[in-house]
Amino acid sequence: MKKSQRIRWQAVAIMTSALLGVAACSSSSSSSSSSSSAGSSSAALTASAPGITPTTITIGSHQPLTGPAAPGYSEIAPASSAYFAYVNANGGVYGRKIVYKYLDDGYDPTKTASVVRQLVLQDNIYALFNGLGTPTHLAAVSFLNAEKVPDVFVASGCECWNAPSTYPETFGWQLDYISEGKILGQYIAQHFKGKKVGFFYQNDEFGQDGVKGLDYEIPSSMVVSKQSYVDTNVNIAPQVAALKASGAQVVVSFSIPAFTALLKLDSLKLGYNPTLAVSDVGSDPITLSGLLESFAKQGGATVNGDQLTNGIITDEYLPALSSSDSWYTLFKKIHDQYEPKAPLDGNFFYGMSVAYTFVQAMFKAGRNPTRQDLITAIEGGLPQGPMVAPFAYSSSDHLGVTGAYMGIIQNGVVMPQGSVLTTDTTATGPITTYSGSEEQAPASGIPSASS
Amino acid sequence: MRTLPRRLAVAVIVAVIVAFLSIKLNAFRDYQIAEIAIEVTAVAGLTMLTGLSGQISLGNGAFMAIGAYTTALLLMHLNWPFYLVLVIAAAVTAAAGAVVGIAAARLHGPYLAGATLLLGVALPSLALAYAGAFGGDQGLNVVFTVPAFLGVNFPLTRWQAWVSALVALIVLVLLANLDRSRIGRNWRAVRDNEVAATLDGINVAAARVRAFVVSAACAGLAGALLAIVTGLVAPGGFTLTLSIALLTAAVIGGLGSLPGALWGSLVIVLVPTYVTDVATSHGLSSTVGSNIPIVAYGVLLILVMLVFPNGIQGGLLRLVSAFLGPDPKSRIRRTAPAPHVTPSADEAPASQHEKEGTS
Repeated sequence: MKKSQRIRWQAVAIMTSALLGVAACSSSSSSSSSSSSAGSSSAALTASAPGITPTTITIGSHQPLTGPAAPGYSEIAPASSAYFAYVNANGGVYGRKIVYKYLDDGYDPTKTASVVRQLVLQDNIYALFNGLGTPTHLAAVSFLNAEKVPDVFVASGCECWNAPSTYPETFGWQLDYISEGKILGQYIAQHFKGKKVGFFYQNDEFGQDGVKGLDYEIPSSMVVSKQSYVDTNVNIAPQVAALKASGAQVVVSFSIPAFTALLKLDSLKLGYNPTLAVSDVGSDPITLSGLLESFAKQGGATVNGDQLTNGIITDEYLPALSSSDSWYTLFKKIHDQYEPKAPLDGNFFYGMSVAYTFVQAMFKAGRNPTRQDLITAIEGGLPQGPMVAPFAYSSSDHLGVTGAYMGIIQNGVVMPQGSVLTTDTTATGPITTYSGSEEQAPASGIPSASS
Repeated sequence: MRTLPRRLAVAVIVAVIVAFLSIKLNAFRDYQIAEIAIEVTAVAGLTMLTGLSGQISLGNGAFMAIGAYTTALLLMHLNWPFYLVLVIAAAVTAAAGAVVGIAAARLHGPYLAGATLLLGVALPSLALAYAGAFGGDQGLNVVFTVPAFLGVNFPLTRWQAWVSALVALIVLVLLANLDRSRIGRNWRAVRDNEVAATLDGINVAAARVRAFVVSAACAGLAGALLAIVTGLVAPGGFTLTLSIALLTAAVIGGLGSLPGALWGSLVIVLVPTYVTDVATSHGLSSTVGSNIPIVAYGVLLILVMLVFPNGIQGGLLRLVSAFLGPDPKSRIRRTAPAPHVTPSADEAPASQHEKEGTS
């Protein structure tokens, strides 16, 4: 028995050391590939910061390519990638090509923590770009700031990113959920006076921030029920039943697309048909229509997705998907050339727009930027680009865009209602009509270095 | 008892190798060492429970959640020293394991799997139901720093790797002893034939509960380590997928085998990262590329089960004996669910002597 144990433990020791040897070998094989590109002008391009070489800028992201948030949102990173490919093919950023590495976190915070460490510690990214999701990105934000990695244009409207003293590296981009709640709330309060209103929201900072904004604008006497869901449980029948029982005639929803679709289908099942108002992140008509049809199919029913999304009230901070818009024309051109198979919907538009803002910030950061240069460039303010309202970036404000317009979905398209409204996250901050005009897309499709 | 110093020596050697690697390799590899150590800690406990005592558990992810939340709450509110928090996290989870074990000892096979499945699904949801105490979907942040005596420039990931690897090694040494003690022999006896075990004077129920306590304590330790390594404890990290991944690791490595727990953990932690890298570097479209790790995982599981029905450890031992001739000690017996091993503790060594004689 003793002899046998000795052999057993010798085997363990041998195998362990063999294994560790393998680990040691595999670690030395990570080096970034570089492609040649002609620098166009004067000062030599240098490796001015981690992730920046004379020929490349490497950035990374965590994205829900699988899991509950994947429907819709998994289109965003490929869209950004397509825009970067377009920029790379047309001179790059001061001649450098952008290398965009996005990893799947499945919307699981533990996995986010792991992939973000891989991107920073192993792939040596210059900046984390557009990390998607509130609960997920919260698992990465402290680490990124401790490592002093720019954490730019988080794909989440949580107010929590606006903490320049604790998180100096972190910047939001899209309209924050409190402002969104206020703009949606005002519309509801004005257009549905005396009606009963119910809330349906994701039970995390995303939904709670949204409800905070709604509560600022909708008198509490109108609100008859507040129901929440968690993204890991697709059975929302009880919540929908409660909304129906409360007699709510209008339901305002802060939900991700999959749960907006479930809300609609579960309501239909109960013969309950309130007016739906859905926040921007959960209301993309093309994504919703696809989800409604596939969920209904799983349940053995056939529905017309576009018909079901008709009449949904929403807000939007990107221009409408119409051929008369210069941004639509530009993004459609890039879409057709680089990612023709992807649906040209709001998520695709989102990915393109945020990539545009990033390229703009990189041009502003200079020819040989350090990481701090990017932070300084954004804090100095950015032109609004495709957004319908200006950014509020400054050294004390890291939130992002400040306004949106209201819209109603008709035949799969968001039809704008009224003008662009801007506001802030405070309870008393007024909601004002934005008087400035939209920026036009540049002819080259690439932001200029001077602006 | 004389084997203890030898095990300690092996553990010390492994510890030195890990320390050496953690200094040589980059910070992300340090993080992976920590991830592997966490996985090993949890899987080792589970492989004892399932492989030795014959009880299946789909709820060990929930035990990890208990350990992780205990750690987060203690560090946040009381700011106790970490080693103390680890001990308490293990104790709290062991207590939870005892409660579950007492209920589970009456169930067998799929019924036991079902009951533990319930635990794995339901428990993390408590964090959502009591969002005030547990932070809801956001979870709780855990602040863990490098102790002052290592200096300000000591990398945090290296310290996390050291702590996790140390805990994993201690757990492995303790479990190896338990495995070869009367408790371990009783587990095997209970697994192979409950009636025979009872006739031999073994308290079957007690043995089964004990296995649950041990496995839960290991999962609790793993959860505590996970809390300090990722810096966040959130329900999204303790879904059913985690519990199943633990069981998969135990099966892939070789049920009931501690080295198997290490192989299984390596597969679970390293394969997805590696496959993702390969998939992205070959320019696959993201809809295809993002699903490749899941496919690879499935294919690997099927292959291992086809080629090495006893897991990687069983397969390795078979390869070793194929090269060196039949192993006199026939070690495969230990990982295989033995055809019919005499359950009596007293007879086991005798049967081995017989085999020694034949070689």
